[in-house]
Amino acid sequence: MSLNLPLDPAAGRPGMGTDDLAREPVVVLRPRSAWRRLWDSTAFRRAVILLVLALCWEGYGRLLHDPLLFPPLSATLAAMADGVRDGTLLDRTATSLRVLAAGYCAGVVAAIVLTSLAVSTRIGSDLVATLTAMFNPLPAVALLPLALLWFGLGMPSLVFVIVHSVLWPLALNAYSGFLSVPETQRMVGRNIGLRGVAYIALILIPAAFPSILAGLKIGWAFAWRTLIAAELVFGVSARSGGLGWFIFENRNNLQTENVFAGLLTVVLIGLIVDSVFFRTIEALTVRRWGTAAT
Amino acid sequence: MFAGLRTGGVADLDPSPRAMRYTDVGRVRDAAEPVLRLENVTLRYATPDRLITAIHRVSFHMRERDRLILLGPSGCGKSSLLKAVGGFIRPDEGSIRLKGREITRPGPDRMMVFQDFEQLLPWKTVIGNVASALFVSRRWTRAAALERAHAALAKVGLTRCATDYPHTLSGGMKQRVAIARAMAMEPEILLMDEPYAALDALTRRNMQDELLELWRDLPFTLLFVTHSIEEAILIGSRIIVLSPHPGRIRAHYDCDRLDHAAQGGEAFRSLHLRIHELLFTPEGESSCR
Repeated sequence: MSLNLPLDPAAGRPGMGTDDLAREPVVVLRPRSAWRRLWDSTAFRRAVILLVLALCWEGYGRLLHDPLLFPPLSATLAAMADGVRDGTLLDRTATSLRVLAAGYCAGVVAAIVLTSLAVSTRIGSDLVATLTAMFNPLPAVALLPLALLWFGLGMPSLVFVIVHSVLWPLALNAYSGFLSVPETQRMVGRNIGLRGVAYIALILIPAAFPSILAGLKIGWAFAWRTLIAAELVFGVSARSGGLGWFIFENRNNLQTENVFAGLLTVVLIGLIVDSVFFRTIEALTVRRWGTAAT
Repeated sequence: MFAGLRTGGVADLDPSPRAMRYTDVGRVRDAAEPVLRLENVTLRYATPDRLITAIHRVSFHMRERDRLILLGPSGCGKSSLLKAVGGFIRPDEGSIRLKGREITRPGPDRMMVFQDFEQLLPWKTVIGNVASALFVSRRWTRAAALERAHAALAKVGLTRCATDYPHTLSGGMKQRVAIARAMAMEPEILLMDEPYAALDALTRRNMQDELLELWRDLPFTLLFVTHSIEEAILIGSRIIVLSPHPGRIRAHYDCDRLDHAAQGGEAFRSLHLRIHELLFTPEGESSCR
């Protein structure tokens, strides 16, 4: 150890560098501008897009000035308000949703049966794989003529095509979901002593849930489209038709603003179910679990 | 030559220096009855066109508080052997007995910790993962399970993460939760299948120390699979070295008291070298010097 002063001035004050750094003010957190934060919100950006689209619609409708071909947004909204006020639009929507609920539930039950069959036996899995491969690409509306022949005009035919549109995509997704449950999670379930129904309910179904939910979403979208399309072909059973029939009927009467009102209702219901109902389920489950597919 | 370090060739497989008396039913009447006893266990698995023997006539036993390491190169069937003890694979020959009872299926008396981070159920919070395992095993009520789960998490230092979902945790934290879950179940034997293999070196070292700490706190019986010689010596009180194709017991070492503090020492390095030579010398050639 030397008592002489060190030649290098910095060596004599070893802490100097760090002290200087500590004294210099460093901005670690800086608030971002309000506009920046607003623009980062997806909801806000989408609202802006919607507003722009609405303005375009209104502007073009007024410019064209031909309500028979393209009524502006304001006329469509007025027709919608009228429809709600006199009850026809709500009535038609309720009819459609009733048929949809019946068909959707029946389709889900059928998919559960089919999936159970597929996961429990090898021949069952072959059967389901073959059936889904065959029927999944077949548009449900293509079965409508046959359904009319078998079940006649009315609700049973509609339910039949909806079941067809829900069953295959849901069964396919649920089955592949069960197949892709990680082996480790299966082993953990058996390790803590789960067997039989408890094992399926507490391990397999939650583990496959992201795929099941995706299947339910696809099934819903298919069912809704199929229903409206089927109602366009024949919507009137007895007295009450559905939304598809409402659109078709008003086109025949050349009440184009009502056609647009019907279409807007179809879109709105689709949006609400997808972005409110399914989005909420997703937020409570797969997004919270970190297992969301997208 | 080295205190606390006993080696043996294939002939010296019995780890017990004590003589054991067998009764007429074949059960051992000893002060420390083996927790686990494997006798001539053979494991085979089928590929589409052949039957492969993964483990060939392996016998060993474990006493309470043993930390037994199964060490070997990949393909030596050490994980299969662990899964057989876990009850996930039935042996084709021989028997595996836990406290005298034949193992026929998985159960919470043999909790397993896997290498895979997916072993935590993603749809349950950290506390839910531990508590639901306890509750499902029906040995604790819901309230008692929750209380035990909190205590177990506190032991591995994860109290703060109790209500988080597993996907927000780091790899090391996930493994800690899995260990907490397994230990809270109070299994007869804890099975660990390369639990630290997917972790970074620093985390791995910390976790190894923590595991030994937990053992000192409340000694449990541990069967641990690894392919790291260092980890085997650090964690184990006994090491069984397996040879591959098919898996057979190659050698058996006692290595208690060789922890991280002893890592640079002569005994540690010497044992490391011996096992290293054993693993990298073809069978039949002498590895002893």
